Amino acid sequence: MYERGARRWLTYGLFLGPSLLGVVVFLAGPIVASLGLSFTKWDLLTAPSWVGLRNFRDLLADPEFWAALRHTLTFLGGYIPLVMAVGFLVALALNSRLPARSLFRAVYFLPVVMSWVAVALVWRWLLNPYYGLLNNMLAVVGIQGPAWLFQPQWAMASVILTSVWKDTGFVMAILLAGLQGIPREFYEAAEIDGASVGQRVRHVTLPLLTPAFYFALSISLINSFQVFDQVYVLTGGGPAGATTVLVERIVKNAFSFSRMGYASAMSWVLFVLIFAITLAFSRMQRRRL
Amino acid sequence: MTGVRPGKRAPRAWRWVLLTMVVALGAVGMLLPVVWMLSTSLKPSDAILSLPPRLIPAHPTLAPFKAVTEAFPMVRVFFNSVGVAAVTTLGQLVLSSMAGYAFARFRFRGRDTLFFLYLATLMVPFVVTVTPLFIIVRTLGWTNSYAGLIVPPMFSAFGTFLMRQFFLDLPRELEEAAVIDGASTFTTFVRVIVPLSGPAFATLGIFSFMASWNNFLWPLLIVSDNKFMTLPLALATLQGLYPGQTQWNLVMAGTVISVIPMILVFLFAQRWVIQGITASGLKG
Repeated sequence: MYERGARRWLTYGLFLGPSLLGVVVFLAGPIVASLGLSFTKWDLLTAPSWVGLRNFRDLLADPEFWAALRHTLTFLGGYIPLVMAVGFLVALALNSRLPARSLFRAVYFLPVVMSWVAVALVWRWLLNPYYGLLNNMLAVVGIQGPAWLFQPQWAMASVILTSVWKDTGFVMAILLAGLQGIPREFYEAAEIDGASVGQRVRHVTLPLLTPAFYFALSISLINSFQVFDQVYVLTGGGPAGATTVLVERIVKNAFSFSRMGYASAMSWVLFVLIFAITLAFSRMQRRRL
Repeated sequence: MTGVRPGKRAPRAWRWVLLTMVVALGAVGMLLPVVWMLSTSLKPSDAILSLPPRLIPAHPTLAPFKAVTEAFPMVRVFFNSVGVAAVTTLGQLVLSSMAGYAFARFRFRGRDTLFFLYLATLMVPFVVTVTPLFIIVRTLGWTNSYAGLIVPPMFSAFGTFLMRQFFLDLPRELEEAAVIDGASTFTTFVRVIVPLSGPAFATLGIFSFMASWNNFLWPLLIVSDNKFMTLPLALATLQGLYPGQTQWNLVMAGTVISVIPMILVFLFAQRWVIQGITASGLKG
């Protein structure tokens, strides 16, 4: 910018060099390498051999891949509507005048700062069928709770429940920021026109909240395709493979079965899925605005 | 009521009371797991399996905390987490701010292409890079080492992007005055720009510290030695130490140790924490 000649390039190198080196070695390089690896068979012991599209063909014929994809979509189908709806309602409630409002906001946000492993361990214990808090509380009101994580038909529901508890505060925080950006005059104008509370929410809040809503939704979607930590700690993919998910399959194939090429191929399929959804979303959003 | 500032008309009282009650009930639901964690960590082992479980321990004890440090090198693990998160954060702040400054102010051929490359890496899920990254780190001999835990996560395209945006909004006149006084670009950056960038550093710093503190997948892949574990990996390992009969009071004591620092950071820097997490959209 200010220096000239060699001195200038020295300055540029000083500012950008270290970061660029690291980004190439630890980010961009691995991305390219992973694409390359997806066309090879590699067990880490012998040299990788080119297999063309075979990994992708194998993938299509692999029932475990389809099961993991199905479970990931099941997770997404339960988690996304719940976390968005609950997060939205909490944001609406905490945007109105309540006593101890900032305390409530902090409480709802609290699980967001806890690590996934910590949250999953607490819930694993909470959901313990015999000694856990939840089933014992249900017993007080006369309900016999299920075995949660130990029952194939309840395991994914448990993962979803845990995830909604952890992430409600995240959605709430984004939507609250959006709500606070809506000018008061809009509500006052609506009120003067005689709009009821419901009408005000529908015709003022919702349209103006759309960008924040899309932002929270697309991030939640991207993250839920990559669901891993909570599954790993809560169920490990069980019981009887009922909660295997894509990232868990990728990690298993790469690091337990030493199928590096196959794992890379699967990770690219996941990437393309996420990319397509994100793209579709940004199109939809542009049309709505 | 909801989201609506009451104009001349106050919201009807019963509605307001009902809303407050629902919100409070929800807050209790949010807190129950946290209380359950704390209460279990203060129970002696025989109280864990007594029914019905008590939310307030009958005979609270700190024994689980002592036991967990004996069953696992928790003290070392705790300081591993502190050190790894601190150094990763420091590295990220230095690297991101300098690269961000370069992208915001320097003019050279290919700058925009290069910046686009940074942005492109942001869209790729971490799991895509994981296999080659593991092989690179193994080739460098960095498995079971602090270098492996710290160096790769230090390079953050997100951080560079965040800092660049911030610097673009700073008026150029600030630097021009310094340059006229004969200061070098580096001196100008350190003396003029950095002191003005507190909010950006705080947002990125807190985000980066939390991401490192809570990171699980990467340590899981490159660390198997207890000595190099960070808290999340240590907790997951601890939970699996006694298959079938997890010592939940020990595990919860470890969990409490792992979440307390983050909760403290959150309580004292709420604004930055929320900003860092929501701006990035990358949850811990």
